[in-house]
Amino acid sequence: MPARTSWIPYALIAPSVVFLAALFLVPLVQTIWLSFSAGEGLSLENYQRMAGDLNFALAVKNTFLLTLVVVPLQVVLALGMATMVTKLDKGRDLVLWVLTIPLGISDLAAGLAWLALLQNTGYLNSALYALGLIQGPTGWLSQETPVALFFAIVLAELWRATAIVLVILIAGLQLIPKEFAEAAEIFGAKPWTRFTRITLPLLKPSLQSALILRTVLAFEVFAVVYALGGRNFPVLAGEAYVWQNDNQNYGVAAAYAVLIMAISLAATAVYLRVLRTRPEQLP
Amino acid sequence: MTHPVSLRAIAAAAALFGGLTVAQAQETIFYSTQLRPIEEATKVREVLLKGLSGKTTYVVDEPPAFAVRMKAETQAGKRTASVVGALHGELQPHVPADLQPVDDVAAKLTDRGIPASLMDLGKLGTGQQQYIPWMQATYVMVANKQALQYLPAGADVNSLTYAQLQQWGKNIVDKTGQRRLGFPAGPTGLLPRFFQGYFYPSFTGGVVTTFKSADAQAGWNALKELWAVSNPNSTNYNFMQEPLLSGEVWIAWDHIARVKEALTLQPDQFVAFPAPAGPKGRGYMPVIAGLAIPKDAPNRAGAVAVIEHLTKPQTQLATAAEVGFFPVVKAELPADLAPGIKALAGAVAATQNAKDALVSLLPVGLGAKGGEFNKVYMDSFQRIVLRNEPVKDVLEAQAKALDALMKDTGAPCWAPDKPSQGACAVQ
Repeated sequence: MPARTSWIPYALIAPSVVFLAALFLVPLVQTIWLSFSAGEGLSLENYQRMAGDLNFALAVKNTFLLTLVVVPLQVVLALGMATMVTKLDKGRDLVLWVLTIPLGISDLAAGLAWLALLQNTGYLNSALYALGLIQGPTGWLSQETPVALFFAIVLAELWRATAIVLVILIAGLQLIPKEFAEAAEIFGAKPWTRFTRITLPLLKPSLQSALILRTVLAFEVFAVVYALGGRNFPVLAGEAYVWQNDNQNYGVAAAYAVLIMAISLAATAVYLRVLRTRPEQLP
Repeated sequence: MTHPVSLRAIAAAAALFGGLTVAQAQETIFYSTQLRPIEEATKVREVLLKGLSGKTTYVVDEPPAFAVRMKAETQAGKRTASVVGALHGELQPHVPADLQPVDDVAAKLTDRGIPASLMDLGKLGTGQQQYIPWMQATYVMVANKQALQYLPAGADVNSLTYAQLQQWGKNIVDKTGQRRLGFPAGPTGLLPRFFQGYFYPSFTGGVVTTFKSADAQAGWNALKELWAVSNPNSTNYNFMQEPLLSGEVWIAWDHIARVKEALTLQPDQFVAFPAPAGPKGRGYMPVIAGLAIPKDAPNRAGAVAVIEHLTKPQTQLATAAEVGFFPVVKAELPADLAPGIKALAGAVAATQNAKDALVSLLPVGLGAKGGEFNKVYMDSFQRIVLRNEPVKDVLEAQAKALDALMKDTGAPCWAPDKPSQGACAVQ
């Protein structure tokens, strides 16, 4: 029935194409247009102002640093957690459910929860004080303690967003047939060899999806950073917000948005290329 | 029963939207960025708007959302709000595109006794009245009574200088080991207003023209010393009432609305007093909220009725008692105010009546560039105080940005800077 199948796929994806075009492509084109328009006609003025701002270099550095630290840690953690969860016989669903609770909490709420733990009068200081380790309220999130602030943000991000990697990897692990591992075991392969030679290569498509998703989200990190550090730790999305809301300069805010998009697209392209899977490598 | 106001409203609305029902035409939507917290909004709905004929719906929004909605409604050509209430600076970006002149309303209100200087601010640099002053506030210092024992010898909180404030903070550090002076330097804190209304006028006698003067350099060096005894969490503080109530901060500067809770919840624990004075006087900045009518307002008559009602002396007094904003009209505050509000009113009166008081007006004529104007001062602060960059170099660089901004908008100087011909220039 070639005549019938030819149009069905298009009809099925049409609603999502229309949806994306209306709510994604149109604002995207508008944002790009806004970022290049300053005064009369097109110019790079907004980009020059963005690059010349005192927080720009810091925001780029912080965003990349955070992504480079958080994403690999999350993948390693999620791999470990996913492997353990798939090995569980009893209570697997309960464990999975508990591990994914942070997914159900909004970014800002997660940031505020960590703020309640880490601020001067927070639970961490109360505990340290009770143990006699500090003399009084100690600040961890101020502009004068950048290292502690960075670790606080890393910790909050790990807690908040590792679960999304976990869910994707568990789905990937379940697709790998047990026969491969069993065969390797018969030939005497040790668990670590089985993991690096069988599980990891076959998990590549899932890893790719997880990495793309997490990296793109990491470049957009905002609410957690804002809740914990305010502007003490400038990041790209935070600067876009400040230019839009506080400085009321929509052009420079749009330039930041376009920059974040460009970085995310570049990262996605890198992942697609580096973690490419040929059809014959699929299980 | 006849209600001339609502009849006019019906007529006006019917002319605009022939198909609308009478019930809808009677409704007046009052859209505000002020009095947002639920307790305050409830007071507006149940107390302050009482006595108006016709249905008035009070809707509140955050300032950025307000700006977007006002612009969006203009672009869409469909207006929902008939009257808007917002700060002077929040209304400014909406002239002339989103607001209609209210000279006729101003003419009706001449008997209210709103000072001419305030009415002038309401013109927002144009020839016509753009908003009617609604209520006013200012900034004060609040201190925990525990801090008073560390006051430097001979210092009086009601006539404090910046040098004494620094010494006070230092005494507390020496005695308690904690930096307990606090400033709202967080993302939504009002520190830019500290620079424009307090720090610069007090140290230099100007805001724009004196931006990089020798006086300004001396001032920034003094501020660095002040910051050394201030709580390092200040860059996280948005509303000083929170660190005041938690005891993290003992002495704070902020907008009265942002310290009010500390004073109303624990009136016995806190005192309020004027901001300190510098070499050129005791700079202070009044804050004005105004009522304006958007272009194509669906119920202009209803809007005028709301404005008339809210500027009545008895409504103004009720506003002070219920929500802690002070009258713009001539009206004596009643003696039975709540103790917290009374303390604030006392601090405001002490500020206004101080011998060395130096009033700093809100920027006029900056239009949508008000945010970038704030940025010049906050960037200077960030570079000089937080990053310890050389004062002179930073002021030179930021002065260029400020000068460009002034030329771009053509805004003339405002008090305490001397009036200028054309754009206000940095000297």
